[in-house]
Parts: sequence; structure tokens; C-alpha cells
Amino acid sequence: MSAPSAPLALSVRGLVKRYADVTAVDGLDLEVRAGECFGLLGPNGAGKTTTIEICEGLTAADAGEVTVLGRRWDRHPRELRERLGICLQDTQLSDKLTVEETLTLFASFYDVARPVDDVIAMVSLGEKRASRVVGLSGGQKQRLAVACAMVGEPELLFLDEPTTGLDPQSRRQLWELVERFKSTGRTVVLTTHYMEEAEVLCDRVAIVDHGKVIALGTPRELVASLDAEHVVDFTLAHDAEVALDLLQALPGVRSARRTAGLYELAVGAVHEALPGLLALLAARGVELAELKTHSPTLEDVFVGLTGRALRDE
Amino acid sequence: MSEHGSARVRKSRRLVERPLAQLTLVRMREFFREPEAIFWTFGFPLLLAGGLAIAFRNKPAEAVPVAVVSGAAGSERVIAALKADSGLVVDVLGDSAAAASLRMGKVALLVEPRGDSVRYRFDSDRAEARSARMIADVALQRAAGRVDPVAVSESRVTEAGSRYIDFFLPGLLGMNLMGASVWSIAFSVVTARSKRLLKRLSATPMRRGQYLASFILSRLVFLAIEVGVILGIGTWMLGVPVRGSLVAVLAITLLAALAFSGIGLLISSRARTVEAVSGLANFVLFPMWIFSGVFFASTRFPDVVQPLIKALPLTATNDALRAVMLQGATLGSQALNLAILTAWLVVTFVAALRLFQWR
Repeated sequence: MSAPSAPLALSVRGLVKRYADVTAVDGLDLEVRAGECFGLLGPNGAGKTTTIEICEGLTAADAGEVTVLGRRWDRHPRELRERLGICLQDTQLSDKLTVEETLTLFASFYDVARPVDDVIAMVSLGEKRASRVVGLSGGQKQRLAVACAMVGEPELLFLDEPTTGLDPQSRRQLWELVERFKSTGRTVVLTTHYMEEAEVLCDRVAIVDHGKVIALGTPRELVASLDAEHVVDFTLAHDAEVALDLLQALPGVRSARRTAGLYELAVGAVHEALPGLLALLAARGVELAELKTHSPTLEDVFVGLTGRALRDE
Repeated sequence: MSEHGSARVRKSRRLVERPLAQLTLVRMREFFREPEAIFWTFGFPLLLAGGLAIAFRNKPAEAVPVAVVSGAAGSERVIAALKADSGLVVDVLGDSAAAASLRMGKVALLVEPRGDSVRYRFDSDRAEARSARMIADVALQRAAGRVDPVAVSESRVTEAGSRYIDFFLPGLLGMNLMGASVWSIAFSVVTARSKRLLKRLSATPMRRGQYLASFILSRLVFLAIEVGVILGIGTWMLGVPVRGSLVAVLAITLLAALAFSGIGLLISSRARTVEAVSGLANFVLFPMWIFSGVFFASTRFPDVVQPLIKALPLTATNDALRAVMLQGATLGSQALNLAILTAWLVVTFVAALRLFQWR
């Protein structure tokens, strides 16, 4: 993790991007320090991809200032492309080329490129070196896409939803890849809607909703901001309801929230809060359908801030 | 992060590791790994030219089979006279074998020498038999000293250069140059755009002009193959003449391929789906198949539209190719057609570069 005083790899101020009928980015500010892994966490449509593509020089902003590695896109576009590694959301590489041919092509674009053999070994595609892209699995394709982003020895790597749609094993392989890149002291900016991914990979996370940053900090700080050691979730049988202020008044309960039929209580200690909750429900004659407890996550932070779930699942 | 500010040093690289070489290699790999593309670009004109070669092959004037009955007086003289005529195939058979051959239709005419005279036996209902009788009779009479009072000379209309195949082959070459250039570029670019590969490439330091240039370079490689196949079959198998210089023919095909590549880039500069670009390509190409004199002379259309037809790049290509191949024209005499192609090349490239969308 980098010190707060490290130079900025990316600075975004007052960024605005409007499309015909929607404001995708609405005055967003970001500061990413050199050497850190920074995550933009938010639901689909929050403006993460638009933001990252403006930072990548692929989309023009309507307002705001973007400085990448101390440079601006309007002044040093070629130098920036040379120093950045980019993995777009959902790019399909040419099916008819092999892994090696694809990487050799991408390597040819950079003044300074990593040897293709190294990159193939780094993303564990050695056995697939001579295979055509069309025959790769989803995880292998994604590792190749990340390899294409890394072949130019980037100082700053942008990954837009790098693990969306991958199976858990492929996702973990990709995380290891990002961890290794990070360990060389270089900067990573990624977007994700998987809070687990943000918790595992990111030094700091910005939670984005409706084109704005609504919370910023380390995953630990964000979770701590919930002021809860545990979260108790429960649902009631027969669509019964219970008033939130009654729940909030229970001993040991710090906050209560209801999303659809799901009640969530932020609590200090489960054993302090639970007897009161059960007594309240019994007194009101309502029955529990389900009750679970878990440690708070970024998902709880997001729900706490927006009242909505991060992903519709 | 001290490297932030430091200048990166360009490493020296082999030619094949340079971006333009890599991009061109990718074009060729993508093409040669698509069996259907190979067929439509090379196989189809090959088949078409092969079919034409069969239809327009130089048939020798077919010789008519006749039989001479052996053993009779004067048969040696008759056999010698008939064999001297290239229009006849002469069999010498015994009496009964000869009669059987005639009955079976293996020979069209039986010649029976009888000393100073001969007797013809044939089926007068068969045209072939009647011409066999006439050819054999002329041969025998001339051998015996007959002199024809009217002098005749012949001019065969199968002379190379004026047959339909001679007209068609340059048109086929032009049509193939157009189709191959436009389709290969359109499919390649639009597929890459629809897969967001163009956007990914535009996020690298790749020089955008080099991406477009790689299409031109790979076209030149394919051009050599296409022109080689069509011209090779045309000249060796079909006897289509190249009366002007071969260099002039190659120069015209080169300029035409570049102009059509420009059209290909222009129509694929914005389209997002293969369906959209297919429609656009057909819209652009179809009028030229009709008006540009591929299958029949473009001069059949009314005079009013002739200036428009002449301005089409395929008309310019076909007219220039025909003039050089069939009439032996020089490249200089085709300056107008070459200027038309150059204008198409410049206008379409400039427009394509301005309109091209990378995402």
C-alpha cells in the first residue's frame, strides 16, 4: 500500500459526461495515488465505465479535469497510451489469431514492451500459446486480454470489470495476476460490482452511484463506517411487518433497515441484540421465516448508503 | 515512480516486429484462416474462368471418319489422296468390316475404289455423311488434277482478341478486384468494430494510419495472387491476348485495387454490423456490375448517362484493361481512366480517414 503522500497517478476533478437522455457522470472527483490499487465500486449504470473510459482517453468529457500520470490527454495522447495498460469491458480479440500472435501484435505497438514469452508465462497461458483465441475458455480469454494490457509495461493499469462473467476459479486466477502486477509497485484502477473483488484487491475504494462518488476509503474504513460488528438479516413469515423504529430501539442495535422484505440490523454483538429481537417479534405475534448473521461487507455499506442492493441477483 | 517523467527509449526492432508488419501479417492470417474467403476470392474466379475455358475452348475443325475398302484396284491412290486431307480420318477396312462400320455409324462414308472411278456409300439423311462425301470428293478430284476456277480465301472468326471471352476476361479481372477489395476490408473492419477490437486497438499507441495502411499492404499481396490466377488462366488456357505491355496491365490493376480499397474503407468507416455493411456494399457495387461493362459493353446504355458510367471506377478499370490487353494501347493513352481511378482513391481515402469511427 502506498503512503498518502505518494504522487498522484490519476486525478479527476468535477468530471461530467452527459449522453442524450442521461447524465452518466455528474461531477465526479477522484485521486489515485501511485502504487495503489484503486477500485470503483458500484451497480451497473453508476457511471464507472464512462469514468474509466474518459481516464483512458477513449471518451471525451463534457466538463472536468483529468490528469493521468501527470499528463493531460489533449497534450500528450501518444505518451499516455504508451504508459497505460487498458483492459476494456467485453473486448473480443481476433478469433483467428493465436495467443502468441495476439500478444506479438500488441507488443509491436509499444516502444517498450515486455517479451511475449514472459507475458504468456505471467498469465499462465503457456500451454495455449499456439491455440487460436476462438478455442480459449472465458477465463483464458480474459487473462489474454489482461496480458495485452500488460505487454507494454504500463505504469498504470485500467481494468474495467475484469472478472464479470467468470467462474470463481478463473476469478481467483485473475486476482492473483492483479496482485502480482501490484506487487511491482505499479498502479491499478479497476471497476467492479463485486464487493468481494474490491475487498480482496483494492487498497482504497470509491463507491459510485448515479455518476458521483458517495463514499471513499479503504475497504476496512468503509465497513467500519457502518458502526457494526455484525449484521443480522431476517425475513418474516406471511409478509408480516414490524416498524423500524421499534427495531432501532432494541438494545445493542445501532441501525435498522428494510429492503424489500429483508430486514437488516447493524449490531455491536449478536448475543446482545438477538434476545431483544426475538422477544419483540414474539410480543407482536410475528413469525421469523429466516434469520442469519454475517460480518459487514462493502455490500452492506452500499445498501446503507443507497438503500439498494449492489447487484440484482 | 521515477520512471514517470523519464523518456522511454525506443528499442531497435526487426522489421517483422514493427506495427505495420504485424498488422499486415494479421490481415493475411485472418484471411488465409477463413476458408470461405479464400474460395470466394481465388476459387470462384478460378472456377468461372475454368468454366469459360471449357465453353470457349479452341475446337479443331472436327475431322470426319471415313473408310476405304481395301484390296480393290486403285485403292492406294485413293487412300493417299484422302489421308492428305486434314478434314478426314481415314480407316482402311476389308469389305465386310467396312460395311459393318458404316451400318454402326462409326464412319460417315464408305469409299469403294473401282479402278479409275470410285463409289460413295453413305446415308444421305445424315448431314455429316453429306459433308464427308463432299470433302472426300474434293480431295479425290483435286488429287486427280482438278483446278477450281474461282480463287477463294478464308478468314476464321475464332481469331484471338475478338471473341466474347476476350471481351469478358478483362471485365472479370476488374470485377474481381472490386469485389475482393471491398468485401475483404468491409468484413474485417466491421467485425473488428462490432467486437470492440477497434476501440481496444485505439487505446494502444498504435498509429491509426498504420491500421488502415495494413489493409492496403495486404491487398497488394492478394492482388498479386488474384491477378496472377485470372491473367494466367486467361492467357495460357483461353488464349486471351495481352497486346499492350504487361507492366501497364499490372499498373492498372494496382491503381484499381487501391481505389477499390478506398471505397471499402469508406463504406466500412461507420457501419457497426456486418449486415449493415453488406447492404451498403451491395448498394455501391451492384450498379457497377450492371453499368461498368463487365458482361456486355457499357456503350449499350443511352448517351445521356455515358459520362456518369465513365466516371465509375469499375468502368475506368475495365476500359483501361480492355484497351491495353485487346488493343495494345499504352498506359499514357489511358490517362483519363487512370485519373478517374486516382480521384476515387484520393477522395475515398480522405473521406474514410475523416469519418472512420474506432468505437
